[in-house]
Amino acid sequence: MSAAPNPIHRARRDIRGGLFYALLLVSVGLALVTLSVLVGQVVIDGAGWVTKTLLTAPPSIDPEIAGARPAILATIYIGLLVLLFTVPLGVATALYLEEYSDKERWYNRFLEVNIQNLAAVPSIVYGILGLAFIVRGIGLGRVLLAGAIILTLLTLPTVIISAREAIRAVPDSIRQGAYALGATHWQVVRRQVIPAAIPGIATGSILALSRAIGETAPLLMIGALTYVSFDPTILGAFTALPVQIYNWIRQPQAEFKLLAAAAIIVLLVIMLAMNAVAIVIRNRYQKRW
Amino acid sequence: MTTRAELALTSLQAPRRRYSEDAVRVVLLTAAFVSVATTFAIIFALLKPAVEFFTEVSPWDFFSGTTWTPLFEPAHFGVVPLLVGTLTVTFWACLVAIPAGLGTAIFLSEYARPRVRSLLKPALEVLAGIPTVVYGYFALTFFTPFLRSVGINVEIFNVLSAGLVIGVMLIPTVASLSEDAMYAVPHDLRDGGYALGATRRHVATRIVVPAATSGIIASFVLAISRGIGETMIVLIAAGQLAQISFDPRTSVETMTTFIGATAQGDVPTGSVEYKTIFAVGLALFAITLVMNIVSIRLVRKYREVYE
Repeated sequence: MSAAPNPIHRARRDIRGGLFYALLLVSVGLALVTLSVLVGQVVIDGAGWVTKTLLTAPPSIDPEIAGARPAILATIYIGLLVLLFTVPLGVATALYLEEYSDKERWYNRFLEVNIQNLAAVPSIVYGILGLAFIVRGIGLGRVLLAGAIILTLLTLPTVIISAREAIRAVPDSIRQGAYALGATHWQVVRRQVIPAAIPGIATGSILALSRAIGETAPLLMIGALTYVSFDPTILGAFTALPVQIYNWIRQPQAEFKLLAAAAIIVLLVIMLAMNAVAIVIRNRYQKRW
Repeated sequence: MTTRAELALTSLQAPRRRYSEDAVRVVLLTAAFVSVATTFAIIFALLKPAVEFFTEVSPWDFFSGTTWTPLFEPAHFGVVPLLVGTLTVTFWACLVAIPAGLGTAIFLSEYARPRVRSLLKPALEVLAGIPTVVYGYFALTFFTPFLRSVGINVEIFNVLSAGLVIGVMLIPTVASLSEDAMYAVPHDLRDGGYALGATRRHVATRIVVPAATSGIIASFVLAISRGIGETMIVLIAAGQLAQISFDPRTSVETMTTFIGATAQGDVPTGSVEYKTIFAVGLALFAITLVMNIVSIRLVRKYREVYE
């Protein structure tokens, strides 16, 4: 975005301009330095504790033999369920808004503002919703499926917004071409728009999912902070990886804090891997029109 | 320009009505309805127990009371200490997030070369993607001891550490929204400034920033809303002491901390404690809702002007 350098002002030094530039660098540096210190600190604390025990053992009151296997498995299950629920719902909503809705209608505008607002509702409020409606209201109980449903609702707005962008990026000429050949509305959407938008939708969904599996507060609300020593099932009690991390941070013994750092490394590696997949899809399959 | 819905109609109408086409529309609309239902479910889930709560505790005592001891005898339900706790934490967060976020946005939009930009933007995305529980760990185990080591005598759980770390967490929120707004400012305006002999700093501060004001303010409002709603960092690093204190070295309880901490225990359904969660949750939801709507409106304003 930067414009051409301004030769006239090169003549004498612009001290205030330099100072301003330095301030900008400081603000950029603040984010970058914190990010490096944070990651560095976590690795220093936790690297020695990322062991086979951490990955394969259940939690324990003895930090030496405590692991996060049930929590890691639960996080993977929740991630898969959230993906399974959000992608069809999110893509369908995005298709409705982009391809079918008449923007002049008040209810379609309401739908749009509603989704934007939902994307900014504090995650703990979704936890309250889960506690009131899913755990107690419909009596599902404090089970893994309830956690997956809550994280689905939480992730849905983000998936919808990114899917809309992907769909909007498909040029109208493609649609017009298909209509000219006699395709119906749905045929155009299904055979042209959706295939062209898939890379964008996949990237957005994976990024949204990687945020979802790091969510702690809503799961805390529905009682994921429990001692679970067995492999989780969809309709059983569960604890997820971020909740396990929180649990270990709260413990008074210093060893548990280090164990928390080790679990953070595992969580960050899972998220990083998902992000890498998203970036590969973006770079390899995304079409430029 | 025709909208896509109209474009669909301009295709030659089929001689008979295609019911499968209508069915698709209904299916998609049903999916879209899930989002609306979520909003109403949130409102309903909060309102019902909150209304019951306010039949037991007068709203006046709730909103003006300065003692918050809902779980102990004698129980007091004055929410002011929680509001003050929330606002002080958010204040310290904004002190970091607003200048640093805006500075980052100006740098990205007006100064950075394409190559620097292409490295910095993913780094900010990583920062935005780090789970809040990890920031909480960082605040408690690194930043609080760090503050002590530089001579700021903070308690183990304190406002300052939690607030500043939330501030860093919010930098990407402010930076990316503000940068979008600056990006939308037409290039002609910048060129006009340069033609009049303005320096790059003047173009940035006197032309681009004013032209992008509504988007920039939207990013601030959204950041404040996120700061107010942030749970894990305060739960881990700011403690749970419901007091009215403006000293950032001490511990406070925020609205989110109360909700998060109280719901962890198995609170019996229907008890006053249980309903308290919803009363505080309703207050939290109402505050963030207003701010989100303000932010959405402001974003739409600059989009209307420039796009």
